[in-house]
Amino acid sequence: MLFMPGNNPSMLQDAAILGADSIILDLEDAVSLTEKDSARILVREALKTIDFSQVELVVRVNPMDTEFGPLDVDMIARVKPDTLLIPKANEEQIKIVDTMLDKIEAEEGYLAGSIKIIALIETALGLENVYNVIQASNRIVGVLLGGEDLTSDLGIERTKEGEEIFYARNKVATACRALKVDSIDTPFTDTNDFEGLAKDTAKAKSLGLTGKSAINPRQIEIIHSVFSPTEAELKHALKVLEVMQQAEKEGKGVCSLEGKMIDAPVINRARNTVALGRSLGLLER
Amino acid sequence: MATILGRELPDTVDGYGEVTPFKGACREGGVKTRKAVKLTSVNPHEQKVLDNLEQVFDKLNLKDGMTISFHHHLRNGDYVLNMVVDGLAKRGLKDLTVAASSIFPIHEPLVTHIENGVVTGLVANYISGPVAEAISKGKLKKPAIMQTHGGRARAIESGDLQIDVAFIAAPTADNYGNINGVYGDAACGTLGYAMADAEYADKTVAITDHLVPFPACPIQISQVFVDYVVQVESIGDAKGIVSGTTKITKDPVALIIAKRAAEVIKASGLVKDGMSFQTGAGGTSLAVAAELKDIMQREGVVGSFAAGGVTGYLVEMLEEGLFKTLFDVQCFDLKAISSFRNNSTHQAMSASMYGNPHTKGAVVNCLDIMILGATEIDTEFNVNVTTSSSGMIMGGSGGHSDTAAGAKLSIVVTNLMKARLPIIKDKVTTITTPGESIDVVVTERGIAVNPRRTDLIEKLRQANVPLLTIEELKIIAEKITGVPKTVQTLEKIVAVVEYRDGSVIDVVRQVY
Repeated sequence: MLFMPGNNPSMLQDAAILGADSIILDLEDAVSLTEKDSARILVREALKTIDFSQVELVVRVNPMDTEFGPLDVDMIARVKPDTLLIPKANEEQIKIVDTMLDKIEAEEGYLAGSIKIIALIETALGLENVYNVIQASNRIVGVLLGGEDLTSDLGIERTKEGEEIFYARNKVATACRALKVDSIDTPFTDTNDFEGLAKDTAKAKSLGLTGKSAINPRQIEIIHSVFSPTEAELKHALKVLEVMQQAEKEGKGVCSLEGKMIDAPVINRARNTVALGRSLGLLER
Repeated sequence: MATILGRELPDTVDGYGEVTPFKGACREGGVKTRKAVKLTSVNPHEQKVLDNLEQVFDKLNLKDGMTISFHHHLRNGDYVLNMVVDGLAKRGLKDLTVAASSIFPIHEPLVTHIENGVVTGLVANYISGPVAEAISKGKLKKPAIMQTHGGRARAIESGDLQIDVAFIAAPTADNYGNINGVYGDAACGTLGYAMADAEYADKTVAITDHLVPFPACPIQISQVFVDYVVQVESIGDAKGIVSGTTKITKDPVALIIAKRAAEVIKASGLVKDGMSFQTGAGGTSLAVAAELKDIMQREGVVGSFAAGGVTGYLVEMLEEGLFKTLFDVQCFDLKAISSFRNNSTHQAMSASMYGNPHTKGAVVNCLDIMILGATEIDTEFNVNVTTSSSGMIMGGSGGHSDTAAGAKLSIVVTNLMKARLPIIKDKVTTITTPGESIDVVVTERGIAVNPRRTDLIEKLRQANVPLLTIEELKIIAEKITGVPKTVQTLEKIVAVVEYRDGSVIDVVRQVY
């Protein structure tokens, strides 16, 4: 998921072709107070006119407890982005957005519940309450962990190594897995350190997060390469599914591959790997 | 009268003469002759070094209407052209033609000389900055003649471009006229664009700020061509000599274009031992080189040569063993200069050897892959790198047409839109390079192959490289930008664009 400032027309124009799975048009941190109104209008017009069909389109609105947040939701939801990213998310704010979206969808004739929400967890309260935040609306499809604001709220230093967000990553990954929504890792902020980015992404993946946000298009390729399964992993996953299907055909309850039993977790992992491989174009759909 | 590309041209152009319309990229070949050179032999004991430029002017048979030439190796740091033309203006000379291989913003003082009638003609392969603007506004009395790097060498050697005096900016010269570009404060590396001038001009003057005892070593331009040597305080600003863009871009869109170009190159089957490659100095072009480097390293390919204006990046590829040699007509940065000085596999080539179509084979004929830029492209794949979309002169072919004609695979890399304007048009404002020598256009939003290249289309399809037609690319751009209005110009022809063989491929008209 690539963050792009919502006040830069030329970047908006190219947003869909940069290789990200989702782009986040940002009305919050990337936009100064004096440009909030113009950026909101610019993003609305971009959504109306530019063909973003190749990517999931997310708009980060301002926090709902600011004067800008409700205005953002009201204007942007009417041009139907795929998803809204709600900063400093807690249960109450998610519910407010959910109610606003119900109303807007009804007024505009959009399918109820079609505009999704990603909760940006970046406060200690939000983190501790993440499970309930996800359950606050059926629209929630994922959580994005905001490491910078979170560490600021915790009054601790944010480091490149990221040990200080170990707990937060675990907590978000576990809650998201439990409720079957995506968990997106915080961006890596040194845009010239690609080795550091690869390590940081691998760490997030190893803790169970399912994606990572980027703040520079040049980070996309590395994030994809870390999250994409290797050829050997894909082959193994396909083999597992093949053996399983064969066993099902033959009515066998249990099967094994290369001496190892294939049980439900192994099958699930294989299915996830194949689905990811397909979505990344590594396998024919 | 029209060119084969359908551009209407007058039979004759005032101040230029009779027009031979462009008939196709390789239609003007066959038996050719080089001109005989008139020279004044130098006897034993005669001295060539003169005290100052005034003495040089005294020795030369200066007259109104003469043609003087310059090379552009000092690029936007060049002091020599201004120094000489200022001196000639002070002597009251009028109606001069300046034949410089390129003109840069530093040559702004020429504008005053153009306005005062000191300079009434200009011949160059590339013109940017205030001089380009002055020409576009119709200030130059005769139309400027815009050539290609190879075409200029051809014109000089054939006698089409007769040079009375060549003033050679010499980073190092000895007192008998041997010149090199590798030592001195204004070291610029190779001197490929000065070779034909030195050899074929009636008089050749070396202007140096680094006079060394005889003999200079190495010798790039020989004493046998040089009449006079003069030392001045400085011939150029080293900072301006280094070309503007010699680093790989960080622009994400340009990097996407480079990646796509690399996919095309790989799928073409040309990446194999003995391959050859050329790219310019722009950020996107260098990013293509970086992508190609990855492919070559992964596949263990060792190329024959990389060519062109050479940057440090190509030097790295040479030093890492990815190419066996470099052919270098001009060095773009200090790393290239140092490599040329120290590495015998980094070879110089003259503009004639580089791209002159009327030789027994130029280096461009041996090129496999060429990466090119474009200001505009039309649906026939004709490319404009001469004028902006507003019709103003802002460049020129340089080696564009030469390399496009020679290379087995010529790829234009460009953003589909620049500054809110679509790059692909029904008709380009000015044709610099004919579509028949452009094989592929790579943009961030898609790749289009020239329909003439059915073989390439087949290869790219087999490699699952997604292709669009150029018309489809045009529609994608216009959906975003809208269709721009056609540029309106005045009738007056301000520049004649010569193809490399000397035929006229287009003219540039005065802007409002």
